[in-house]
Amino acid sequence: MFFASCFTFVLAAVIGLGATWLTLTRGVAFGSLTIGAWTARPKSGSVDIDPYARATVARTGELPIGSGDGVAFYARTDDVGNALDGRCTVLITGMTPAARYWTLTLYDPAGRLVPNMVDRHGFTSAEIVREADGRFAISAAPRARPGNWLPTGGIEQFVLVWRLYDTPIGVATRTSKDAPMPAITRKSCS
Amino acid sequence: MIRALLWILGAILLGGIVHLSTVLVMPQAATQDAYSRLAPLAPVNAMVPLAPPAGQDAIMPFMDPAFALAVCRYDISRAPLKLTAPVSQAYTSVTFYTRNSVAYYAINDRAAGRRTIELDLMTAEQHAQVPEEEDVTAADRLIIESPTTTGLIVLRALAAEPGLMPMARSVLAAAQCRVEETQQ
Repeated sequence: MFFASCFTFVLAAVIGLGATWLTLTRGVAFGSLTIGAWTARPKSGSVDIDPYARATVARTGELPIGSGDGVAFYARTDDVGNALDGRCTVLITGMTPAARYWTLTLYDPAGRLVPNMVDRHGFTSAEIVREADGRFAISAAPRARPGNWLPTGGIEQFVLVWRLYDTPIGVATRTSKDAPMPAITRKSCS
Repeated sequence: MIRALLWILGAILLGGIVHLSTVLVMPQAATQDAYSRLAPLAPVNAMVPLAPPAGQDAIMPFMDPAFALAVCRYDISRAPLKLTAPVSQAYTSVTFYTRNSVAYYAINDRAAGRRTIELDLMTAEQHAQVPEEEDVTAADRLIIESPTTTGLIVLRALAAEPGLMPMARSVLAAAQCRVEETQQ
């Protein structure tokens, strides 16, 4: 009896704390909006933020972007599910949803900027070089590339964050028809 | 056998309770949330510019390096707060966070529709005490109700190109947040 109850309490603690740790580090996605490789949680920028997102934000110390301000899309893999590897050349191509401004930023998995020679950590919609039809191609690569080069610093894994400011994309957005997000494809790896 | 299964079932149920309660307690128990990180840098009820994220050093994770930031750590338990922020050329926004990093209100320069963003931040009780005629005469006075007495106001000004960063910073340098001197 005594051993059984001890076992039960230990098992309960392992299950409970393990589940908390897993959900807060891996992230559970309630009310999230996934388009291609990109995932946003528009509700995190409002009072409707779910308890898991609240706990995650408290743990990491970040300030979620307010829903009256914009929305942030995170990509940790390419379109076919490979983790984004800083030793590879990763192409980000296509179009973006309507927004007054957007920024694209490259971080390490902990959300820190990656040091590099040219001190470039991302692009804004104002500084990107576009094709004649308005599309663009950005290469995230360890070494310099012609065109829009985003240095990866050769780190093992990186995260891309696309932030749209002053945009109709939000809680009501459901599909990629409303929000065409750029494709992410892995090219050569060094 | 059945008894062992019952113990395990009990453990799973109890584990579920442990899981839910730790998730709910986390925002209160966190010592490294945004407010705690900013507390040593930002005095109460004053607007301070934040250092841009550089390399491995950043005040908070996932900061947007294209933006100049200023923060006001507020405490409106005694009196309401007045916020004035000039608008930069590109894009400026103001976001209000509770003590536990919940973004309860955000507005950008276009929505504010003026050259400067002017807001009054107060608790629900303080709002109820505002004389009615004052509310009417100042029709364009924007009043925000804070669900908590302490929290953060974050001003973001976009530098559309890296060369425009000094300008974005100078715009934020003119922003103010101060508690209204009332009574006495």
